[in-house]
Amino acid sequence: MLYLATHGVTWSDFSELLRDKEVISAIKLSVGTSLITLVLVILVAVPSGYALSRCRFPIPAFFNTLVDIPLILPPVVLGLSLLAIFGTPAGMWIRRTLQSYDIELVSAVGIVMCQFLVSVSYCIRAAKASFDEVDSRLEDVSLTLGCTPFQCFRRVTLPLARNGLIAGCVMAWARAIGVFGPLMVFVGTSARVQVMPTAMWLELSIGNIEKAFVIALIMVAIAGSALILVHWLVPGRKWS
Amino acid sequence: MKNAVSIKNLTLQAGDFNLGAIDLDLAEKEYFVLMGATGSGKSLLLKALCGLHPIKSGNIVLSGKDVTALPPRLRKIAYVPQNSGLFPHLNVIRNISFSLEVGGMSFKKAKHAIEEIVTLLGIEDLLERAPSTLSGGERQKVALARTLVMKPNVLLLDEPVSAVDEPTRKEICNDLIQVKDRIGIATIHVCHSKEEAACVADSVAVMHDGKIISRGTMDELCRQHENPVIKRLLDL
Repeated sequence: MLYLATHGVTWSDFSELLRDKEVISAIKLSVGTSLITLVLVILVAVPSGYALSRCRFPIPAFFNTLVDIPLILPPVVLGLSLLAIFGTPAGMWIRRTLQSYDIELVSAVGIVMCQFLVSVSYCIRAAKASFDEVDSRLEDVSLTLGCTPFQCFRRVTLPLARNGLIAGCVMAWARAIGVFGPLMVFVGTSARVQVMPTAMWLELSIGNIEKAFVIALIMVAIAGSALILVHWLVPGRKWS
Repeated sequence: MKNAVSIKNLTLQAGDFNLGAIDLDLAEKEYFVLMGATGSGKSLLLKALCGLHPIKSGNIVLSGKDVTALPPRLRKIAYVPQNSGLFPHLNVIRNISFSLEVGGMSFKKAKHAIEEIVTLLGIEDLLERAPSTLSGGERQKVALARTLVMKPNVLLLDEPVSAVDEPTRKEICNDLIQVKDRIGIATIHVCHSKEEAACVADSVAVMHDGKIISRGTMDELCRQHENPVIKRLLDL
């Protein structure tokens, strides 16, 4: 904000930049794809987190490493990994199958793949931590009170882990909406796949600093809101 | 007459600890107290009866029905764990009506169904409160009410008064006697206290190192001075 103010960008310039077609398109694509990613992340992370928390795996280090790999790999390497996967025979088959339905990887689909890969580990870790905090004795009691294992999960485990799960989802969504490196490698920067981070980078690269800063401000606002939501949900809101 | 509980040759393993073989029969409406030092396997036995811990061998028969292979929900065994196990995200009335709602009863009907037990235990004023606002004694009463509304065949109480003060302990013991007299349900009550056992028990057994080493009335056990485990446990 300070940068824009000191470089002669007035409020009307700022609001005009906010209404820019490319900016709006990037916001729409970012929000749309990240919400789809969020749904996929929830579908994968909640059962995975629960399994990691409650099940005994034969080689726990292997499964934990598998979950943690996306957290520690450089983002560009994640994009390269996706390229490599779709270069294998199985990947080529998936690509051809998608193409037969007129679905290209260099589209929202590719964006969702990158966002998913980058954010799913955060949510799995958060889900595992939330489920770890649920007292397993309460689950035992619910089973003796007539619950099936699924009813126990729905009526006891899930409500007790709710705050941590929501926080994990918010963090994963914020991570997804800010993904940059894998997108550059896997889907590129063509106009139809420009989300906020790639649009910001492109504006920077052509010297349109003000527009880049406007997009950056929107991303800061999103990240800030997500953090506020997480801090509001997690501390001091335990059940007992 | 059929036994309410009949355990034959029950064995199980938990880490390095081996339980059994346990043979135990409880008559209908019998109030049975299981005593033993910490780590003797009392709580583990209760969990095995509920189906919450897998067993290695043996049979568990409740009111003539072999429940050994049944999941916990189909055994009709009510279990109150050491910390009362109230669900912190539900208020007291929702905790008590939990088993009825899980079984498909509407909350409105469940409210009616729990009235008798709530009145018997004198917890009418607690219904809208959150479990975190209850005292230790109140928590145990609510946990007891929650298990009784499901009309179980057997009631398992794991140290129900271990975390309360002396007056509350007496009050809960009185409640348990009332429940025994009014509802008459076969009960296994795990505890450490001789006074507590004497207050409620029809029969008492002592468990040591995963095995039941003695069983009888409280007076009979108190006469077993020669057994060092019983002597130490009952402070003879």
